[in-house]
Amino acid sequence: MEKTYYNPEDLKKFGNISEFSPKLAEKFFSYYGEVFAEGELTAREKSLIALAVAHTVQCPYCIDAYTVDTLEKGCTEGQMMEAIHVAAAIRGGSSLVHGVQMMNKVKDILM
Amino acid sequence: MPSLKKLNHELADTFIQLEVLNQATQRGIHFPFFTQKLRDINLFPLRPVALEIFQVNVGKMCNQVCKHCHVDAGPDRIEIMNRETMQYCLDALAQTNIQTVDITGGAPEMNPNFRWFVSEIRKLGRQIIVRCNLTIIVANKKYHDLPAFFKENQVHVISSLPYFSAARTNAQRGDGVFEDSIRALNMLNAVGYGKDNTNLILDLVYNPSGAFLPGNQLSIEAEFKKKLKAGYAIDFNHLFAITNLPISRFLDYLVQSKNYDAYMEKLVNAFNPAAAAHVMCRNTISIGWDGFLYDCDFNQMLELKVSKTAPQHIREFNEYLLQNRDIVINQHCYGCTAGAGSSCGGATA
Repeated sequence: MEKTYYNPEDLKKFGNISEFSPKLAEKFFSYYGEVFAEGELTAREKSLIALAVAHTVQCPYCIDAYTVDTLEKGCTEGQMMEAIHVAAAIRGGSSLVHGVQMMNKVKDILM
Repeated sequence: MPSLKKLNHELADTFIQLEVLNQATQRGIHFPFFTQKLRDINLFPLRPVALEIFQVNVGKMCNQVCKHCHVDAGPDRIEIMNRETMQYCLDALAQTNIQTVDITGGAPEMNPNFRWFVSEIRKLGRQIIVRCNLTIIVANKKYHDLPAFFKENQVHVISSLPYFSAARTNAQRGDGVFEDSIRALNMLNAVGYGKDNTNLILDLVYNPSGAFLPGNQLSIEAEFKKKLKAGYAIDFNHLFAITNLPISRFLDYLVQSKNYDAYMEKLVNAFNPAAAAHVMCRNTISIGWDGFLYDCDFNQMLELKVSKTAPQHIREFNEYLLQNRDIVINQHCYGCTAGAGSSCGGATA
């Protein structure tokens, strides 16, 4: 076992997940490839979404991969940071909107 | 900033560059040989197709010192082509049907015989490309009329602009380069370059400002067009996305920033057989400032002359022998075969 849970070298071994379950891996990577292809959203827009989601799920592999990918797709540092702010706003908003639930409960039980 | 040569930097020595490229890395990684990659797809030995581009590097002198420059060009470089060698180029051209002459440098306009050379090529009726770094146009009053000169000679202008933001461009090419480049682009637009229905072609070259590969050329072109038009009212025709090759100053950057292993690994893993089949060395001959012949401008900077079976110098030009040579390849060639491929004309696959 590694001394740390995350090793940057492991990112390159993503494809190796097929070793234990080839069929499911094949289906996943085929789906993954298609998801990120040019579609109604551009590949560039999808890469920025992926970067934001990577920060939401706090996956170091995904942050590494999609920082490079967004740069390669010509995104600016400002666009990349704005995408992360979108993720942060949704995360923050998600906590805060539950405040309404708290307020409802408070109003239910307080005299 | 001085050139690597002026600094007596070890990577100014092409032998050492090739050693870095061919030996195991500090982490013990030995990348597969490029020759083997070509063998695997039946492309070795790599042979020319019809010669279409006559690329002349008229010298290493430049007003800029860009951090990624494969030429190690700069104001302290004095190696420039003399008129006698230019005449050999013209004599060679006159014997062939090669339609395109691609003039590069350094800043080719700094060669005192540049305008004469362009005019003489024009008399031969060939299409002329000048790789203009843009800032030379505003560097000195004597260059301010370059847009008019280009127009008069129907020169196809190809200019480097690594990014549409000042920060990223200046980080790669030097302080103030972005602002000067914008001024120069406005001057080129003013005489009709990059505008509809003028036949005055202005293409831009994008290359990544760091240790990553260029993305989709069309997508980056669309973004450049949007940003340059909205921010600076600039028009241009096409954008060529070019991969930085791991030689000279870019190799130095990769080694210094500890990105060499990862970058080379990326190039190797992104090897694309379709791009390999369309590498520019197959339809190009590259002439150095001193008249020696190379398969491409990168081989020129690594001092890898054309195969001994072909003439070595432009005064001995022989199209038949050049056409039948084996192209010299090495580990840096991975830069032209990665992903969508890379050439002086952008993506190849």
